[in-house]
Amino acid sequence: MQNILTYTLFSPLLGIAVLLFIGRAKQTLIKSVGIGASLLTFALSLLLYASFDAGTAAMQMTERAVWIAGLDISYIVGVDGLSVLLILLTAFLTPIALIASWSSITDRLKEYVSFMLLLEVGMLGVFMAGDLFLFYVFWEAMLIPMYFIIGIWGGKERIYAAVKFFLYTMAGSLLMLIAILWLGYYASTLPGGQFTTDLAKLSAVAPGIPLTLQSWMFAAFALSFAIKVPLFPLHTWLPDAHVQAPTAGSVILAGVLLKMGTYGLLRFCLPLFPQASFAFTPLMSVLAVVGIVYGALVAMVQTDVKKLVAYSSVSHLGFVVLGIFSMTEEGIQGAVLQMINHGLSTGALFLLVGMIYDRRHTREISQFGGLAKVMPVFSTMFLIVTLSSIGLPGLNGFVGEFLILLGSFNSMFLGTPVYAAVAATGVIFSAVYMLWMVQRVFFGAVTHDENRSLTDLTKREIGLLLPVLLFIVWIGVAPSAFLKPSAAATKQIVTQMHQAKTGTAVPAGTTAQ
Amino acid sequence: MDFIPLSDLIGGAAILAVGLFSLAALTITAFFPKARTAVFVTALLGAAAGIVFAGYSFPDNQTAFSDMLLVGGFANFYSILFLVIAVLTMVLSAPYMEKEGYRHSEFYVLVLFAAIGMMMMGASGDLITMFLGLEVMSVTFYVMAGLFRAKLTSNESSLKYFLLGAFATGFLLYGIALIYGTTGTTNLIRIAAQFPQAFDQPLHVIGWGLLLIGLAFKVGAFPFHMWVPDVYEGAPTSVTAFMSTGGKAAAFSAFILVFSIPMAMHDPRMTTVLAVLAAGSMIVGNWFGLSQTNLKRMLAYSSIAHAGYMLIGIASASPVGQQGITFYLVSYALTNLGAFGVVMMLETEKGEGVTYEEYAGLGRRKPVLAALLSMFMFSLTGIPPFAGFVGKYYLFASAVQSGLTWLAVLGVITSLISTYYYLRVVVYMYFRDGSAEEPSLPASSLAAVALSAAGILVLGIMPSLIFDVIVSMF
Repeated sequence: MQNILTYTLFSPLLGIAVLLFIGRAKQTLIKSVGIGASLLTFALSLLLYASFDAGTAAMQMTERAVWIAGLDISYIVGVDGLSVLLILLTAFLTPIALIASWSSITDRLKEYVSFMLLLEVGMLGVFMAGDLFLFYVFWEAMLIPMYFIIGIWGGKERIYAAVKFFLYTMAGSLLMLIAILWLGYYASTLPGGQFTTDLAKLSAVAPGIPLTLQSWMFAAFALSFAIKVPLFPLHTWLPDAHVQAPTAGSVILAGVLLKMGTYGLLRFCLPLFPQASFAFTPLMSVLAVVGIVYGALVAMVQTDVKKLVAYSSVSHLGFVVLGIFSMTEEGIQGAVLQMINHGLSTGALFLLVGMIYDRRHTREISQFGGLAKVMPVFSTMFLIVTLSSIGLPGLNGFVGEFLILLGSFNSMFLGTPVYAAVAATGVIFSAVYMLWMVQRVFFGAVTHDENRSLTDLTKREIGLLLPVLLFIVWIGVAPSAFLKPSAAATKQIVTQMHQAKTGTAVPAGTTAQ
Repeated sequence: MDFIPLSDLIGGAAILAVGLFSLAALTITAFFPKARTAVFVTALLGAAAGIVFAGYSFPDNQTAFSDMLLVGGFANFYSILFLVIAVLTMVLSAPYMEKEGYRHSEFYVLVLFAAIGMMMMGASGDLITMFLGLEVMSVTFYVMAGLFRAKLTSNESSLKYFLLGAFATGFLLYGIALIYGTTGTTNLIRIAAQFPQAFDQPLHVIGWGLLLIGLAFKVGAFPFHMWVPDVYEGAPTSVTAFMSTGGKAAAFSAFILVFSIPMAMHDPRMTTVLAVLAAGSMIVGNWFGLSQTNLKRMLAYSSIAHAGYMLIGIASASPVGQQGITFYLVSYALTNLGAFGVVMMLETEKGEGVTYEEYAGLGRRKPVLAALLSMFMFSLTGIPPFAGFVGKYYLFASAVQSGLTWLAVLGVITSLISTYYYLRVVVYMYFRDGSAEEPSLPASSLAAVALSAAGILVLGIMPSLIFDVIVSMF
């Protein structure tokens, strides 16, 4: 199918176009249109996946059109093994998030649905863009809908959270803009070169930048991505944004937005600035490991379930960063898979927290207790997702974490298994804070009378969670199907990093472990 | 009749057409003081005629009136820009002036007079043309700022602008005199022929410095920005909208001509000074913008900051920089006219309704208006997909290409600061609840504002639409 990427990317806009003609009183219709549009996008993304060739590391289904000729800015979209699953994840989570807000959002519904669909365009664009200018446009434009979603439909401290989210992200991305400009300028200074933001062209020249300058470039890009991930100590916007955002906002934030940071590190920082990546590996890895432990410890002492889940993200994303900077095939593949895993399990956790909040209007752990007796279905599902989140073998989380630990243990770039060893404690901590929370919320006697009359999940809510649970089990049992798409692209990056480390003259055989 | 060659008349056709129409409008005003609609229509027709003439002779780069006036390309592009700004200003102002109890039709005549001055500035092939244009525009602005005679703030605004503006004009004229004294000409191309050896003479350098002061004052750049907040806040909002867009665009068009044709901007000392002015404007404008609670005053500080961004383009002394400024001016004009248009619609007769508090809950009460104003705020912040982002991209790109990366870094840092206060408007409109009097919205104003918003969105997504034209002029 021609132009499938463009169709997928902009299909949510179709929903917005339809919404323009619907009166704001027709709430059911508005919701149906939103869900319909996002399902269409999901269907298109499945089509896209069906024609994806896992055997090659190259960008596929590439489309290009001249956008601004003078500065060689083009509309270039494409997918490869690093992005294809993230595109699927985005298209998968958006309808779920919309359905999740079926009854919880009634105020200014039309705007809400429009913002969610706009957000989806932005996220898909980030994962598809093959031009740095285009990437930046989507990266920034996506802030606007998220800002409104937190600010209008969020909790009590929503204004503070929304502004903080916006400013933090802007702070990082503006410096990235300078780095993009500088890269384009650098390309123009080479013999026969021209100012460009085409990623493919830049990938050919950027690794040749002298180390000092490369480090500045790396720092500018990495800062932007590290804020998004978020990497310790740049994570402070995250608990605010997550806790204040409405359920669907949290699902998208945790499920997709955070991945944009790790995706950026993998897509841009490593291949464009290999030498600087080596130089920064110790710093990034230390921060990743600190984040793993710190996030887990802070999560442990939270009294609010949503905040606990939010801090657990800091910990889990630390694993992803560590996996990326191990620069081994296991580590990077694990990182790519872990991005998906985290999107599924944390997305599901936020959905579950939202469901209990809709019933009890509190998220304080101390307000619960013994829910397993009152809400057996809810409790079962929560437990499954919890086990996935802490990495129980047989569920998805285990595969990703295991690969990352394996990769970072062996990595010649990290040089020492210490990182892996410390990170492994994070696995234990995560079991502690999650299971401790589960124990206090679900087991024991029912201590609060308000909890006795809670109703169990509705059919809609179960229907919402089942697809997520399906993938949680599927990835856990048969991970190879989900590792295959990223294999070729990962191998290429790892090979490239090895060549950069050891000099290009080295025969290909040495790239093996 | 060889008194004035036909080619000169054709070259100056746009300016002459606007001039004739403005005199016709003035005549109507004198004899039929109550025929406001007739004056309004005549003025609009005048602007339209100017746009047609400027568009007709657009592509050819020539000169007229013995190289005094530039014709075609750059000059015509800017003429069209000024006239579009004038039209939007008039359409937005008509209901506003009525509402504020100002029932005199000479406002529209004055808009055209100012537009003539702007067109001359954008077509100046000679320092004298530039000076004449500047004076025509400035004197008109002094009058316009004080149009609300019964209001103390309007009088204050007018007087302040006049006193400080007269001073700046003095500097400018003295600068022209010194440049003439050291080069023997006021023609920009002939001055250019003496670059760079003329810069060996201290008096020549001083002349450029004085010229720079005069122009920096007109664009409202640091450290000559002190007048901006008071004048912008005190003047009638319609006048503020016109000054901050047309006035700034005209001053920058003259800036580009005066500094790029004689290549003065290639003097390293000049680059340093321009870079410092740009940096100072960005810092001061954005820093003081943070603490504002009044939308008009905030936009005034924001205009200082944006003068700083555009000065980056002058400092980088490259075609990309000048193209960037031109694009930026188009986007800034549409954005600011739109934003002030919203302010005009919501301002009450007593001059209230301009604080953030009074905008609280607007997203619920006037969803369309709030959405439009949000778009303008995001564009001013420089967030894609709005034109403000593309403009900044070009300007920062020009800085990086000219080795002024530090200026681009400062630009993004101050943009970040500005995010906070632009977003505050959005916060008040959407995230807070409030109730205020609900003026009815005139359809014509709403249409003009919506058109501006559509403009910044289209230019943000497809900048090539006008950028290809801009590139062809340099």
